[in-house]
Amino acid sequence: MESTIVKAIDYNAYFGDNHVVKNVNIEIPRNSVVAVMGPSGCGKTTFLRGINRMHELIPGATAKGKILLNGEDVMEMHPIFVRLKIGMVFQRPNPFPNLSIYDNVIAGYKLNGIKLPKAEKDKIVELSLSRVALWNEVKDSLTKKGSFLSGGQQQRLCIARAVAMEPEVLLFDEPTSALDPISTSTVEELFHELKKNYTLIIVTHNMQQAARVSDKTAFFYLGELVEYDETKQMFTNPTDIRTQNYITGRFS
Amino acid sequence: METSIDNNLITRSENILERVITSAKIRDAVKGIKRIKRSHRQIRAENVFRKTIVIVALLMVVLVLGIMLTLVLQSILSIKTTGLAYLWGKTWDPVQDIFGAYPFLLGTLLTSFLALFISIPFSFAVAIFLGEYYPKGWLPNLLKNTVELIAAVPSVIYGFWGLAVLVPIVRSLETKINVAPIGLGIFTSSLILAVMIIPYAASLGQSMIKMVPANLKEAAYSLGATRWEVIRSVILPYTKSGLFAGVLLSLGRALGETMAVTMVIGNTSLIPKSIFAPGNTMASVIANEFTEADHPVYLSALIELGLVLFLVTVVINMIGKRLTKKFTN
Repeated sequence: MESTIVKAIDYNAYFGDNHVVKNVNIEIPRNSVVAVMGPSGCGKTTFLRGINRMHELIPGATAKGKILLNGEDVMEMHPIFVRLKIGMVFQRPNPFPNLSIYDNVIAGYKLNGIKLPKAEKDKIVELSLSRVALWNEVKDSLTKKGSFLSGGQQQRLCIARAVAMEPEVLLFDEPTSALDPISTSTVEELFHELKKNYTLIIVTHNMQQAARVSDKTAFFYLGELVEYDETKQMFTNPTDIRTQNYITGRFS
Repeated sequence: METSIDNNLITRSENILERVITSAKIRDAVKGIKRIKRSHRQIRAENVFRKTIVIVALLMVVLVLGIMLTLVLQSILSIKTTGLAYLWGKTWDPVQDIFGAYPFLLGTLLTSFLALFISIPFSFAVAIFLGEYYPKGWLPNLLKNTVELIAAVPSVIYGFWGLAVLVPIVRSLETKINVAPIGLGIFTSSLILAVMIIPYAASLGQSMIKMVPANLKEAAYSLGATRWEVIRSVILPYTKSGLFAGVLLSLGRALGETMAVTMVIGNTSLIPKSIFAPGNTMASVIANEFTEADHPVYLSALIELGLVLFLVTVVINMIGKRLTKKFTN
């Protein structure tokens, strides 16, 4: 199997005339955790949303360049298929408030009109919830509404919902910025487990988090990919002066 | 060397701090005096203003209660004469003082619900179009203003339009399906009403749909849902009580609409045999016969009709308001 799963080639993203992601070239290795960090407004979230074509849902948003998933350009694919292969978890936990925990996990199948036998659904729900270490906590309250859970549990439920679709890549947009420290560390531990089955790309505002959870780190600044390297290398011996300034806290 | 610079900095910053504090103190003192001088006048004005507002507000309540009381008092004669049979009596014959409102109750409910049934697909389509598909741009603005204009057109104009355009169309339709080609009747009234009530469900529905949190829609999109699937599985379940409230507001409007309906419904006191038959609604009977009510019981019976209509619309509106409130919380 090829080791690169996602590859961006000269990727540019715009909001109207505003050029927010500039000529990004990056290769994401399979079954790894890649952190994308940078100051607010550096285009890191926009880049992430470009990977599963969520960027273009915003009116006036456009993109140029290529993003290859297993060598196939996602810009040429139908966005629906792209999003089935590349799952996403958002900044704020967003379980569907009108659905039960069970239905939240299989919401992807329901939305896409895929009918499954009950036994298979049960299996998917249990497996997905186990993968996010939530099964033991909620197995007796699967029929309760998803909004009944705590913030950290809700976020793990949202990860389970993405995992249930068996995507190849999982995108995380500042997944812990709305969570308390304990929930944050639970989610961070999950990343180590999840990377056995998936490739994780995590946008984070939090440098310590990037250092803790990732194999490789990308640093974005003013829409450019300034530096991309092994996380250890990046935090101990960055080559670019801007990376150095950011890591040492000279700007944020 | 370094320490001396630091010391210098500290003394300088202390000086600045002191100056800031003094100027703030002076400013506060000056302000305080001004405030005291102003406040007497303000308190007086405030009291007058508050009393006026309270009186005006209470006046509104008294007005509505007064209207209701008038209706009740003026209906007493009819209630005494006919009793509860008024509601299901099938004959309305003022000459013989027989007053049964059933044909008009039926006419009102038939036209209103038929109108609702016809208008819902249009008002929901407009609501989804404006709320989700194209919230911004010249086309949605045009559509939004047009739909709002529908509510602003005087109903007598709809009546004219109905007579000039709808009646001939319905008549030719009736010829084709072999019913008496009158043109006027329940069906024609429902068509007019359907147009007139579109804005109510559409504008409430549109604002409810706009309130669906973006992160829920994004969650569905990120799972590979199409736009239609997002609308069906996220937006509609989330907004269902709001949409229902809009429908109820439309219904309330349809129940009470008078002028346009009176002009095209055919005005007969017989029980309509089909939706193509002419009939009457409670409102259209009142409008038509009020000037002819030449004896007290007749007049009272018409006013009782108004009371029934009033109560029905009040209840419908209350349910609608409650649902909207429940939804927005």
